[in-house]
Amino acid sequence: MYDAWKILVGLAIFVGLFTFAFWMNAGKAAPVPEVKIDTPEIKKMPEPERKCVEDKHFMRTTHMQLINDWRDMALREGNREYVNKRGEKYVVSLQNTCMKCHSNKKEFCDQCHNYTGVSPYCWDCHIEPKEEPKGNES
Amino acid sequence: MLGLPHRTERRAKRERVMSMNRRQFIKIAGLSTLFGLGGKGAFEILRPGMLDAAEHGHGAPALEEPAEPAIRWGMTIDVEKCAEPGVVDKCIKACHSVHNVPDFGDSKDQVKWLWQDDYEHTFAGNENQYMADHVKEFPFLCLCNHCDEPPCVRVCPTKATFRRPDGVVAMDYHRCIGCRFCMAACPFGARSFNWLDPRDALNEKEYNMEFPTRGRGVVEKCNFCVERLAKGLMPACVEAAPQALAFGNLADPDSNVRQILRKRPSMRRKLELGSEPSVFYLV
Repeated sequence: MYDAWKILVGLAIFVGLFTFAFWMNAGKAAPVPEVKIDTPEIKKMPEPERKCVEDKHFMRTTHMQLINDWRDMALREGNREYVNKRGEKYVVSLQNTCMKCHSNKKEFCDQCHNYTGVSPYCWDCHIEPKEEPKGNES
Repeated sequence: MLGLPHRTERRAKRERVMSMNRRQFIKIAGLSTLFGLGGKGAFEILRPGMLDAAEHGHGAPALEEPAEPAIRWGMTIDVEKCAEPGVVDKCIKACHSVHNVPDFGDSKDQVKWLWQDDYEHTFAGNENQYMADHVKEFPFLCLCNHCDEPPCVRVCPTKATFRRPDGVVAMDYHRCIGCRFCMAACPFGARSFNWLDPRDALNEKEYNMEFPTRGRGVVEKCNFCVERLAKGLMPACVEAAPQALAFGNLADPDSNVRQILRKRPSMRRKLELGSEPSVFYLV
């Protein structure tokens, strides 16, 4: 083999750069997302009635599809009333239903979205609730 | 020449199976064309309606409504009442604050849902000769006409803009790709493109938290306040100036707008284009 050392050094540099992300973050676990549901609006609800539009598991796994369906319901079909599996009625609106309770986007939405590296563009248009600085709740 | 008997044998077998050779096929095709049985015509005679159904039966469901809709929202604008001081500005302000419409202060980047124009421009091409002076000076309140045959909907390549069965020409900003075909198609200039991020020109403290803003790169326009209609409220402009504007169901002969239109002469913009606007100007 001609120029073996050149090739080997080149290969070593290449492999090093290619796996940069792995050894740079080795041993450092990304913090597990901590989702907070202690907003004033949720606290207002008595403990047993503290329920989201659908159950917790469904919301965790399928909220993106639900929100997608809601968009088409409200905009395309003009149907702004959602009846959930429990038979309860909700107004179909991201800003006026979801974010009324979950008024803490940074501690709720962003937690998992950042952890999983997704950046949904909901808030390019939909206005996120104003988050008051901690300890200043009226 | 080996293998020839095999080949002829095979061909003969194939012909027996197909029971028609090329020569026969061309003869029959030629004859049927002579008698007008070729192409689409044949389908129409043999299976009437089937071809049309097959051609149009796929893809997205059509947004067509039943022949006589129960609701067609419309508006009347009393031009004389709009001339009273402050009325027009009040309407525009109400609309733009409810819908988070930005004001960049530059007509180049202007975004407008409801705006004021003069007679000459509102009825461009149709202006009457020797029109009364006071009419020429009236402020005409302009908005999306929510046409019955909206040209913007026809040209939209993504179906981001569509006509709802109740007559409202709506926008789905999630689907708008900002091609601005609709702006070219709209004869009323009712559509605005977001050249800049609207949030740059909006005051965060004055947001209507119950309505979204738009993003950069989409086309926006008046939505006839569908979000308010869903709650049983009147459009924001009508609420701001109920003496000048009226909103109601044009399909119902006894509705408030139809009663007004029965009594008072009215004009609509650019009728010659056949887009059938739902906004009526009372003069």
